[in-house]
Amino acid sequence: MSVVHVDQVTKRFGRLTALQEIDLSIEEGEFISLIGPSGCGKSTLLRVMGDLTDTTEGKVIVNGKPARQARIDRDYGIVFQDATLYDWRTVSKNISLPLELARWDRKRRAARVQEMLELVELDGFQDNYPWQLSGGMQQRVSIARALSFDPALLLMDEPFGALDEMTRERLNMELLRIWEHSGSTVVFVTHSIAEAVFLSTRVVVMSPRPGRISSVVQIDLPQPRTAATREEPRFFELVTEVREALHLGADEPGRERTEATA
Amino acid sequence: MSSTAPVAVQPAPGRALGQLVGRRLRDWVPAVVVLVLAIAAWQAAIPLFHIHKFLLPQPSTIWDTFWSNRGELLRAGWSTFEEALGGFAIGSGLAILVALALARWRPLGRAFMPYAIAANAVPIIAFAPIANAWFSPFSKSSKIVIAAVLCFFPVLVNALRGLTSVRPESLELMHSYAAGQIAIFRRVRIPNALPFIFTGLKVSSVLAMIGAIVAEYFGGTLGDLGTLIRSQYQVFDYPDAWAGILVACLYGIGFYLAIALAERLTLRWQPSTFD
Repeated sequence: MSVVHVDQVTKRFGRLTALQEIDLSIEEGEFISLIGPSGCGKSTLLRVMGDLTDTTEGKVIVNGKPARQARIDRDYGIVFQDATLYDWRTVSKNISLPLELARWDRKRRAARVQEMLELVELDGFQDNYPWQLSGGMQQRVSIARALSFDPALLLMDEPFGALDEMTRERLNMELLRIWEHSGSTVVFVTHSIAEAVFLSTRVVVMSPRPGRISSVVQIDLPQPRTAATREEPRFFELVTEVREALHLGADEPGRERTEATA
Repeated sequence: MSSTAPVAVQPAPGRALGQLVGRRLRDWVPAVVVLVLAIAAWQAAIPLFHIHKFLLPQPSTIWDTFWSNRGELLRAGWSTFEEALGGFAIGSGLAILVALALARWRPLGRAFMPYAIAANAVPIIAFAPIANAWFSPFSKSSKIVIAAVLCFFPVLVNALRGLTSVRPESLELMHSYAAGQIAIFRRVRIPNALPFIFTGLKVSSVLAMIGAIVAEYFGGTLGDLGTLIRSQYQVFDYPDAWAGILVACLYGIGFYLAIALAERLTLRWQPSTFD
């Protein structure tokens, strides 16, 4: 059974068509990247999966139920570009917030927080407040929080977009390790072709006006991926393939123009 | 905010208390120097420029008068402070409740806020004599009402701002956890509003004291500070009136500092608390 099933989804904001007739199925354990230029609707597609935005037409099934029910059942964790930590909560309190809302008892929460701190390698920082952490550390807390309640699906909206290249590559490695460990399905929005290829099992290339899927690239790099993966010839071939797909999607002036005059 | 990223390399925020107090004291040195210089200049200026004591007595005279009458003055000050505190509690408490309601039901806010803002333009002090007529001029109620009305608006505006200025992602995150309105208020909106609310409370602590004293000018018992200051002036006992003003200042500053301290203790998570 697919974890996410997007069926003929269209989303309009007024006269702007953010998503047009999107079909996408995501299988359990997949790591899917959504990539495309600004305005292609990749974030909107992610938000539709998380029931943070309604669809105008079509439906989204998550874990075999409508996205809304999946949200109410806390079937997914979400990570935004900004870590969105609550400033008044310490690291451990931030991580345990979803657990509090899910009414876990104190003991179980403490045990899980400790587990998550170890997973994201922030043990020792549990009593720090967010402002005392670097951007990369804040984002790790955010990931720990999203995974704390063991959601089947992890939605990530450009989580490393605001970080420097070095930190980003390190967190990419960490994310893969966490993904293997947690076994959850990941949907990852990014601007970076290299990041998408390195992380994903499949890269979904989108194009703008109206937002649609222009192609899907299967990433057949062997698992687990390491720093050496980035230097393999196959990695570069796939990067090139995604880049060409992106350009192909963007170079459809005819279609763009008809939309603009519509 | 979590979007800025100061790098912390060592875990745990613990900082030596002694070190903190020492630094605090050093921070105060410039302010103390200014105070001492100002009082010295004042003290010297009165004889130098032949200023009449009914216009401005010397600080030493005010202090001597205060010291010899300190029992009576501090009791009067306490009586006024009680009114200020009562008004502050009622006004600020109501303001926070109203802000919560307006933040929860936004159309209500849109319907009422223009009038709240217009009402704030009304010089409430001008109602002091009327409040005295509504209640007894000899009761504390009329002063409490004026203090409460003065406190209401700054707290309302700040609290509402704090409750509604939550980043959209913060709310979306709560939404993704299927959190209800109560959880969102308790865990996001109210903590987010606390720094704003304290700003309002600090402003209104001062206003409460002003409101109570001014209301007493229009009638009160002789045991109140406002009545005392006014009656001393009427019998040309200027140093006594000034001593009364000094007491009003002491209570006002004490009240403000108490709120500031409560703020520090409550908002331990804020970076500014450590700096």
